[in-house]
Amino acid sequence: MQLSEVIPPRLRPNWHYPHVLSRWHFGAAQATQLIGLAVVAVVMIPISLLALRAAGAGQEGIDYLLRPRTLLIVGNSISLMLAATGLATSIAVPFAWLTARCDLPGRRIWLALGLAAMVIPSYLVAVTYSEAFGPRGIVQGLLEPFGAQRLPGIKGFVGATLTLGVVSFPYIALPLRSALLQCDRSLEEAGHSLGLGRWGVFRQITVPQLRPALSAGMLLAALYILSDFGAVAVMQYNAFTRAIFLQTESFRMDKASLLALVLIVMALALLVMQSRMAGRGRHFRIGSGASRRLEVVRLGKWRYLAVAFCGAVVLAGVVIPIIVLFSWLVGRQMTNPVHIPLSLLAGNTISVSALAAIVVTVAALPLALLAMRRANRANRWLVNIAYAGNVLPGIVVALALVSFASQNLLSLYQTLPLLILGYAVRYLPLSISATESAFAQINPRFEEAGRSMGLGRLAVLARITVPLARGGILAGMALVFLNVMKELPTTLILRPIGFRTFATRIWSAYDEAFLSTIALPGLALILASALVLLIVLRQEDILD
Amino acid sequence: MLKVRSIVICLLAALVCIGTAPALADSHDPLTIYSGRNESLIGPLLAQFTEDTGIEVEVLYGGTSAVANQILTEGENSPADVFIAQDGGALGALAAAEMLAELPAETLEQVANPAFISPDGVWVGVSGRARVLVYNPEMLAELELELPESILDLTDEAWSGLVGWAPTNASFVSNVTAMRELLGEDETAAWLADMLANDVQAYPKNTPVVQATIDGEVAAGLVNHYYLFRFLAEDPEITATLHFFPGGDVGSLINVAGAGILQTSDQPEIAQQFVDYLLSDAAQSYFAETTFEYPLVETVEPSVDLPALEELEVPEIDLSDLADLQGTLEMIENSGALD
Repeated sequence: MQLSEVIPPRLRPNWHYPHVLSRWHFGAAQATQLIGLAVVAVVMIPISLLALRAAGAGQEGIDYLLRPRTLLIVGNSISLMLAATGLATSIAVPFAWLTARCDLPGRRIWLALGLAAMVIPSYLVAVTYSEAFGPRGIVQGLLEPFGAQRLPGIKGFVGATLTLGVVSFPYIALPLRSALLQCDRSLEEAGHSLGLGRWGVFRQITVPQLRPALSAGMLLAALYILSDFGAVAVMQYNAFTRAIFLQTESFRMDKASLLALVLIVMALALLVMQSRMAGRGRHFRIGSGASRRLEVVRLGKWRYLAVAFCGAVVLAGVVIPIIVLFSWLVGRQMTNPVHIPLSLLAGNTISVSALAAIVVTVAALPLALLAMRRANRANRWLVNIAYAGNVLPGIVVALALVSFASQNLLSLYQTLPLLILGYAVRYLPLSISATESAFAQINPRFEEAGRSMGLGRLAVLARITVPLARGGILAGMALVFLNVMKELPTTLILRPIGFRTFATRIWSAYDEAFLSTIALPGLALILASALVLLIVLRQEDILD
Repeated sequence: MLKVRSIVICLLAALVCIGTAPALADSHDPLTIYSGRNESLIGPLLAQFTEDTGIEVEVLYGGTSAVANQILTEGENSPADVFIAQDGGALGALAAAEMLAELPAETLEQVANPAFISPDGVWVGVSGRARVLVYNPEMLAELELELPESILDLTDEAWSGLVGWAPTNASFVSNVTAMRELLGEDETAAWLADMLANDVQAYPKNTPVVQATIDGEVAAGLVNHYYLFRFLAEDPEITATLHFFPGGDVGSLINVAGAGILQTSDQPEIAQQFVDYLLSDAAQSYFAETTFEYPLVETVEPSVDLPALEELEVPEIDLSDLADLQGTLEMIENSGALD
């Protein structure tokens, strides 16, 4: 399995596997279907209630949505999405090309460091940027000898675009890089032999082969940007997620629900747009014959520029945040009178993330099985719905669950299970897509052999399917773990009273300007995430 | 690889058990406090309470308006026993919804000034805070700016881009509510609009406003008085200074942080014990010496160099009249201050 199939997650289930072997016995399939249905139902109930609640606002709700201020928020979100996706693309395209096709010195190291931008949560990057580039920040200090008494600061649109562009570029770079590696050189040679020049080959042969990966990556990045809460909150840019959060802060759930619905509609629109763009044309080989090895592009003296570019990417994505955090660790800052031991935060963060990862992986199993082994129309719908988490911003899920629990299921209100449920809705697609890809690589003949030797269906699952798919399933689990660990809005809204994680501690410290209290949990979070990412990357052999 | 994986899995499983055990094991019922005050201000006192009395507390922290609204939404189902607010208006809002239980006379009598307790006897102020303008004197001198006579003067072009505020902060919200009471809706909305037109700088809370003033990001900021002293305690060389708007200006509102007990509390005696603790000498000294607020029980003196509470020229207003949180929040939102 390619890493790019797992991180970033696929947007929709992959229905291209031809071997839909519906040789299961009816009863077993139905049992799996029932379990899958139950999982999907749990995922969908709160969102449906949210929609009902918003619809209940009636004419007043429509007026609220049509007032200029709401339209302004829509405009803010769209312009941020366009600008930040543009920035991310302009970083990702050269980065992917350099690390995939060129003789860039230290290619793997640049790749790993560049991808590390993914493990630093957006709010942490935003906090460090807004301080470093603030009116009297570190950068101003460096520029002071040149007469810069005050910088304009980057709060607002500029800061949000910068942060989100840097944080989301790996979502484009990863699939693009893997497409670049899979390009078939013989196609390019055929182009040359048919009389195309270099530019002609690039435009007519290379670009069309990359387009699906690029558009899928850009969509992922755009969805990420649209649903991100941390960066826009810190940069105080009034995009949808921040507006929704401000409404929940004043517990105006009706208005928050209305805004949330609009956000979901926008995310769905993106998804529709992408599926229209994808699926045009074929880019695979027909017939036999081996693909030729790709030619490595010799950079020559351009390699200095190439290294400088990769250096800048790593500087922006990883080095600046870490340096700023360290400077807070040692700098003279106001001491926070509330001391919370790092071990407590670490214990909470790791255990809640591990618990969520286990729950999500187990819940994803029946759905992935349905998708792989019984992909009929009903099951496709079921799995498609389970992928909804991809277009539901964390804050929307959290909002739906908190208003659901506070009214309909009080015993779950402010409890750990509700928080885990919030994570599950959000990250189920991640786990399904990883599990599904792992299943797809198993030759069904093994399972058939097991059956013919007299194993029951469950025994085949336990002794053949799952063990063979173990690597992929664990990679998916690690990704869920990684994402839960740095998740902010769901954690803030759904956590039990008094429950603290790295993320909530960083958030409240930022809120009260205790910069020194951000530093330690921030660095610990980055370290822990980097370790998990390293395990995933090794598992996927991407760095070898 | 397999071994490493099994070890990692076992480790994670162990951590899950360790981490979730305390959350799941609900052996006894702690006192549930919903706090609209920052943890950094009240957290150490709550820890002290647990140490002194052995009573465990469980605290939900949030913005005062958010927490008040949360209690209103939860209604009868609210798990909260006590509500701590950083302004009288939020307490007034819960009182108006008849969600607070009446406090005994002995508790209320501790606070001499009737302005700082609920007219219905359902909440009591525990510490006082003045709204002030914190300013950076070097910057003012450099820019040749005079200190303003009134909060309304900050819309003057000379202050363009130089003033910081925290528009979602409860103390700011109640200050705006006071303006609505004293100046009327139109004039207050116009003031907000003019401030925004004058490029006022927004911060998430009071502390960052003071930090920005000290750093010279802004020349002055609208905050509560005590934040500056917390900075001074760390670094006495800070030159930032407080300005109390004179002449009973609406900008120099005195508000209280206070507490009330929920009607729905399942352990009202312990809640009562907690509220009385907040008025004890230990707690009042904590407010005076650690958070640099005005203690409201007369036996304890303020610890820092502050004009006496009685000497401040404050606007004529009844704190529990500042209960229309929703109206003010909507006005602030509609002004565009949150955009």
